[in-house]
Amino acid sequence: MRILDLLIIIPAFNEEGAVGTVVAEVNAVLPGVPVLVIDDCSGDATAAAARSAGARVLALPTHLGLGGCVQAGYKLAFELGYEFVIRVDGDGQHDPHDIPGILAKLKQTGCQMVIGSRYLVDGGKFTSPARGAGIVLFRLVLWPILGKWVSDPTSGFVGVNREALAVFSKSFPLEYPEIEALVVLKRKAFQFEEVPCNIRPRKAGRSSITAMKSISYIVHVLLGVFVNILKYDGPRRR
Amino acid sequence: MDRLLDVMAIFSMALMAMVLLSVRRAHIRVEYSVSWLTAAATLLILSRSSTLLNWLSAHMGITYPPLALILIASWVFLVVFYRFSVRISDLKDANTDLAQRLAILEYRLHSAHEDK
Repeated sequence: MRILDLLIIIPAFNEEGAVGTVVAEVNAVLPGVPVLVIDDCSGDATAAAARSAGARVLALPTHLGLGGCVQAGYKLAFELGYEFVIRVDGDGQHDPHDIPGILAKLKQTGCQMVIGSRYLVDGGKFTSPARGAGIVLFRLVLWPILGKWVSDPTSGFVGVNREALAVFSKSFPLEYPEIEALVVLKRKAFQFEEVPCNIRPRKAGRSSITAMKSISYIVHVLLGVFVNILKYDGPRRR
Repeated sequence: MDRLLDVMAIFSMALMAMVLLSVRRAHIRVEYSVSWLTAAATLLILSRSSTLLNWLSAHMGITYPPLALILIASWVFLVVFYRFSVRISDLKDANTDLAQRLAILEYRLHSAHEDK
C-alpha cells in the first residue's frame, strides 16, 4: 500500500452555508492537500457545496451521527494509506491556519493524537459559565484516567497518525466521540498532545448541542468514559 | 386474589395469541417470538398453578402470592427487554458498519471511474 501523507476530513451535516468556505480556506492554506467532506446524509446541499469548493465527498447513505460520520472518514483514510488525518469541523469554527501546527506536533512528538485547544491560547476563556463548568468537570474526570491534564477535552479539532487510525477504524464512539476517543487511545497506551488553536464563531447553522441536550450529553459522556475504562486492556501496547 | 390471577391468565393468553398472530403475519421473526412466548407461558403456568405460585412466594418470603407473580412477571419482562436491547445494539453496530462500507465502496467506485 502506498503511504500518503496528510488528509483533511470535514464531517458535515446540513452545513451548506459554511462547508464551501471551510474547504476553500483549507485549500488556500494547504494547496494540494486533499480535503474529504463526509456528508452525514444531509437534507440540504452540503455535498454539492463541498464538491464545488474542490473537496472530495464521502456520502453516507443514512444519518449516523458525529461519531459514525468521523469514523467513516478514518476508515477510508486508513484504507487509502494516509499517514496523518486532521479533522476540521464543517461549521467554520476551526481556523485552517492552525492545521500546520497540529501536523508539526504529530510529526515532532510521534504521539498518536494532537488536540487543538482553544484554552491554551492567550485569553482563551469559557464562552459561558455552564460550558466552563462542563469543561472543568470533564478535565477533572479525565485527569486520573489519562494521567495527564487535558485543557480542551471536547475539541473536535484533532489530528491523528496512522496508529490511531488503525484503532479508530475498528473502534470509535458513535455519539459524542471527542472525550471517549481519548479513553480509547489510553486503553491502547497511546499518547496525545495539545497545541493552542483559535476557535472562531460559527459561519452558519447551529450547534448540535443545545441547552436541553447538555445534561444528557454530560451523563452520556461520563457513562461512555467509565464503560471504556471497564474495557481497559492493561498497560500493553495494542 | 383469584380474580387477579384470572386477569393475569387472560393477559398471558392474549399476549401469546398476539405474538402467534404476529409471527403468522411475518411481523415478528420466529426467533424473536420465542422470548415473548416463553414469558407469556411462564406467567400463564404460574397464574393457573396455585401450588407452584404458593411455593415460589413462600421461598421469596412474600405472604401474598399474586404480589410474587407480579414481581416474577416484572423480572421476566426485564430480561426480555434486556435481550432486545442487546439485539438492537448489535443491529445498530451492523447498520453503522454497513452504511460506512457502502459509502466507502461508492466513493472508491466514483474515484475509479474518474481516474479512467
